[in-house]
Amino acid sequence: MMIDTFKIKAEAVGSEVYRFSADEDALSFIVEFLKKEGIAELNGPTAVWADCPFLTAMRKKELVEKVEGLRFDISFETAALAKIGISQMDWAIADTGTLMQNAGAVEQRLVSMLPNIHLAIVSTNKILPDLTTALAEINPRDADYLTFITGPSRTADIERVLTIGVHGPERLIVIFVDQPEN
Amino acid sequence: MSSQLRKRAEEAMAQKTLTSALGSFSEAYVVSRAKAYEGLDFEELRNSIADIKGKASQHLDVLAEQFKKNAEARGAKVFRTSSPEEVKKYILNLAREKGVYRIVKSKSMASEEIHLNYDLEAAGISVKETDLGEWIIQLAGQRPSHMVLPAIHMTREQVADLFSKEISERLTTDIPKLVKVARRELRKYFFEADMGISGANIAIAESGTIVLVTNEGNARLVTTLPKIHVVLVGLEKLIPGVQDAVPILKALPRSATGQLLTSYVSMISAPTPNTDGTQKELHIILMDNQRTAMAADPQFRNALQCIRCAACLNVCPVYRLVGGHVFGHVYTGGIGTILTSWFNLMQNAEDIQGLCITCGRCKTVCPGKVNIPELILEIRRRIVQKKGMPFIQKAAFAVIRNRKLFHSLLRAGYLAQKPLAKDGFIRHLPMFFSGLAEFRSLPTVAETPFRERIKKIKQPQGGEKVAFFAGCAIDFVYPHIGEAVVKVLNKAGLEVIFPEEQSCCGTPFRGSGDYDLAAEAAIENIKALLKDGVPYVVTACASCASALKLEFVHVLETEGKTEWIAQAKELAARTYDFSTFVKKLVDEKRLTLKEAKHLERITYHDSCHAKRFLNVYEEPRTLMRKAGYDIVESFESDMCCGMGGSYTVKQPEISSRILQRKLQNIEDTHADMVCMECPGCIMQIKGGLDKTGSKIRVKHTAEILADNLR
Repeated sequence: MMIDTFKIKAEAVGSEVYRFSADEDALSFIVEFLKKEGIAELNGPTAVWADCPFLTAMRKKELVEKVEGLRFDISFETAALAKIGISQMDWAIADTGTLMQNAGAVEQRLVSMLPNIHLAIVSTNKILPDLTTALAEINPRDADYLTFITGPSRTADIERVLTIGVHGPERLIVIFVDQPEN
Repeated sequence: MSSQLRKRAEEAMAQKTLTSALGSFSEAYVVSRAKAYEGLDFEELRNSIADIKGKASQHLDVLAEQFKKNAEARGAKVFRTSSPEEVKKYILNLAREKGVYRIVKSKSMASEEIHLNYDLEAAGISVKETDLGEWIIQLAGQRPSHMVLPAIHMTREQVADLFSKEISERLTTDIPKLVKVARRELRKYFFEADMGISGANIAIAESGTIVLVTNEGNARLVTTLPKIHVVLVGLEKLIPGVQDAVPILKALPRSATGQLLTSYVSMISAPTPNTDGTQKELHIILMDNQRTAMAADPQFRNALQCIRCAACLNVCPVYRLVGGHVFGHVYTGGIGTILTSWFNLMQNAEDIQGLCITCGRCKTVCPGKVNIPELILEIRRRIVQKKGMPFIQKAAFAVIRNRKLFHSLLRAGYLAQKPLAKDGFIRHLPMFFSGLAEFRSLPTVAETPFRERIKKIKQPQGGEKVAFFAGCAIDFVYPHIGEAVVKVLNKAGLEVIFPEEQSCCGTPFRGSGDYDLAAEAAIENIKALLKDGVPYVVTACASCASALKLEFVHVLETEGKTEWIAQAKELAARTYDFSTFVKKLVDEKRLTLKEAKHLERITYHDSCHAKRFLNVYEEPRTLMRKAGYDIVESFESDMCCGMGGSYTVKQPEISSRILQRKLQNIEDTHADMVCMECPGCIMQIKGGLDKTGSKIRVKHTAEILADNLR
């Protein structure tokens, strides 16, 4: 199963991988996660969530009531202040544990770059075996900015000691959903 | 090597923190690289990279135009130039025009190559490197010492000091905390910057895409936050199609850091919107700076296949001792020497090329199939061609080539050395030789050379004949190895003849860049060894075997002596190294080894020429196991011993350090004997073990087998 391969490879580089069979389960996991991890700084944004198919208008309304400090307006400021960024990735690549996104829209990049934690939602049926098939699925000709993410931000530049979380998130949480919208 | 470079190398080797950091890195690297390549066919992968990049290098102009057309169609501005000065002018003009005062950069070796920061800062622009390692060296006012890990030469204490100064706050040496400081400090610069400058790991012509491979995430910020993005790309990064990027993206992270993929890969094909709704300006500069000239050179075009993973540095026995700064330029190590000779000037490489011991370890791990040692030799050849050989060396080579003179001089040496010799070693040498004997005892010259001794051996007559190529060391220093060879081959019913006109195989000449002499030596030996029409030529020296089997053809081609090539190929086909030949005899049941169980254990040292040039490493082990010995493998058994022919004479300090590691690894096996194929290695290792008073005996494979024949 490709999802098993993905899980092994992604966890090996420090990603946290979850899988839910229904949208509702994924959503309640996210809400719980935001409540637990996202302590709002005095009216500041706790989390920023970039527009995506998973985030329907109805859910937006629900979420705002449930989670304090959750913002859908993405700017340098909100993304930089938020502890958690949420986005939906377009594909996953099994043999390297990678997420891939057509990220021409700047908001998509900001939420996965600036906060400490990146929650990445992806449809289970969007897992591709490897890079070759991934680049056949989406050609850079048709994407202004393609992003590939494999685990949290890391460095070994000081004495080769692996250190997580340099310029990007220090946690990457991958949430597979079996039954995406529609 | 100049005294200045020698001094730099010695100073570097004296820094314990540097050598221990590089030493442990090189050991850990081999393990993590191997793990990353598990389940992948490395040879197949690198063949495809070499093919893609090799072909691309021959179409740089077409690819550059195609890239320009496609990228511009999607809104980028593409500027092509051959000159580093034009690159700087373009960026400075752009900065002036757009009112840019603050720039953030993600790692770009091309920008280091042209010292871009210097010019930008001189124009009053603030430039911040954002890759952690690059920021550290920027704060320290240094150059990168490694292509992938620019600050590998620095300790956490040094980093803590630099950061403390930068933020005026005393910091501890806690690495995660230091990293957090960098994150916090550099965030400010990201948000304020008017322009981001990045390099590119790959440029795809078909789609006008630049590909960035990073782990920290700084390249994503540099290419997203400022409203202007400038990309500086060396022309050699161009590849034709999107799928051509796949093998490079597979190999680069695995070879660079032992990762399957880096945390981030970005493929940018067009300007994207900024947060305020405006469109980003995307400028892509395709820089030539000698790449096209390199591509037109039949030898050096090979170096354009480099993907800048630095695997070659990580496995280099010299780099791990001296580090990167000794090379004196932006690109370091063997590949750095080659790139410097083109991007700067050939004369810049004249000195540093001498650091390469040509052990060949780098070429076995290079994902672009760059034959680094061969290109280093080519630099040497061109320098000698242009400037000639130093007089003393030329005179010495003339002597080596003249067998009679060489022999009588060596004999004179033998007589002179007599009072000093003890147990076959010279313990103390007078005058200028003494420096060479400090770290290892030198062998004495044999009283009677092998060419005389063989005449006294009673051999089987009438059977098949084998011509023996002794090489200088066995002929004059270790004739007993030659006798062991004869004993083994005689047992198989073969008669060993010694063609008298054979001379030095030419390896020292070629290694010093004198291809004239090497070609003459090749021709002399071809004549001598083919003359008797004997079907096999056997040599017990791995370096000589490489010369006969591989290098003669190459040397003669280089020197344009095409009329000899067919015969050189004939000789190559007839030539066998000792172990391969004996293995063949055993397999054909013409020779049987005694299968007694020995209590003594052997560790096997893989000579560079045997392992990496002849691909011989299994044969000797199999034979010794058959003869009843337990083989106990040493750590880094195929690491160079530091001899490297004349390297040990030219760089005694480095040679000695390499030897110390080798000796320790041999001692750690607690074996009774260490065995090898190359008399050069024997000279080095035996001398080293003698100096340390070790109990471990040093043997050639032939000596072991000669004692175990049935």
